[in-house]
Amino acid sequence: MIDKTDLWIVIIGLGLGSFLLRFTFIGLVGGRPIPEWMLRHLRYTAVAILPALVAPLVVWPAATDGQLDAPRLMAAAATVAVGLATRNVFGAIFAGAFVLYSSMYLLG
Amino acid sequence: MPATTPKTRKSRPAFWRGCTDSAPFLLVVAPFAMLFGVLATEAGLNLTETMAFSIVVIAGAAQFTALQLMAEEAPTLIVLASALAVNLRMAMYSASLTPYLGHAPLWQRAILSYFILDQSYACSVVEYEKKPDMTLPEKLAYFAGTSLPIVPAWYAFTYAGAVLGTQIPESWALDFALPITFLALLAPMLRTPAHVIAALVSIVVSLLMAWVPYSLGLLIAGLVAMIAGAQAELYFERRGTAR
Repeated sequence: MIDKTDLWIVIIGLGLGSFLLRFTFIGLVGGRPIPEWMLRHLRYTAVAILPALVAPLVVWPAATDGQLDAPRLMAAAATVAVGLATRNVFGAIFAGAFVLYSSMYLLG
Repeated sequence: MPATTPKTRKSRPAFWRGCTDSAPFLLVVAPFAMLFGVLATEAGLNLTETMAFSIVVIAGAAQFTALQLMAEEAPTLIVLASALAVNLRMAMYSASLTPYLGHAPLWQRAILSYFILDQSYACSVVEYEKKPDMTLPEKLAYFAGTSLPIVPAWYAFTYAGAVLGTQIPESWALDFALPITFLALLAPMLRTPAHVIAALVSIVVSLLMAWVPYSLGLLIAGLVAMIAGAQAELYFERRGTAR
């Protein structure tokens, strides 16, 4: 169970922190140029962090007590494949859900 | 918001253009917000807490990250650091909007900062690049327009998900909705070899670092992958094969 005090610390801290991330450049830096090395790293934040969050959830799903699970692996693969091929977020989600449900049904 | 009450008639069309340009994103935003409402409720958050989360933070991926780590009982500091790391891209959006909107009054920049979202950023930057002769009020009006459909929908569908939350049966395997959604968001971002390298490094390091306590592995993997992406970009640039 999530502790209520911790929860509110996270909500408020994350709210303030997210606002500062959004505000820092446009609010404080204003018209000054931003160093190229910093922009170069910022460009990769999303593709650097999201896979690290998802990979353990795919390989060791909590719902199967951390056991490798064929339907979930196949669903993840299908999502990435369709996402890469079509560049369509919706199509990718749909493909992943379809493979997850049909393989769970077939593999029982 | 600065531009919802335009004094010049010229900024009106820009505002509505922003609305219509960002409206299609509702198809992604609505289910994503709803999923947050459902998962937050399942993690034991009540309606007030769930809504506060979506209203105060207003960043889907970071909210999911925080929720996931709190459910894993990671220390609060790690939860905050990891979720903020997920949100670092907002700093990039802010930086790249600065040349266009940086001359607005400070109070307007403070207000619009809250509304810097994946969708409002994506629409605005394309529009500003396409129409370099837009005036500042027009740009602000357009930006305000892009967040108008998205933000209320984010709140409303979080609410719907929170209300629906506990009624969803376990056989729906909702545990896997989060990985699928993130992977679906991620795949189209893999535009260059450097992006692919960053993502692969991220996967490998996060799996190798799974033993590290306090879910610190996520931060380590993110940092290493970010450096890998930046270095790969430099490498491909030098070889003249980038993009």
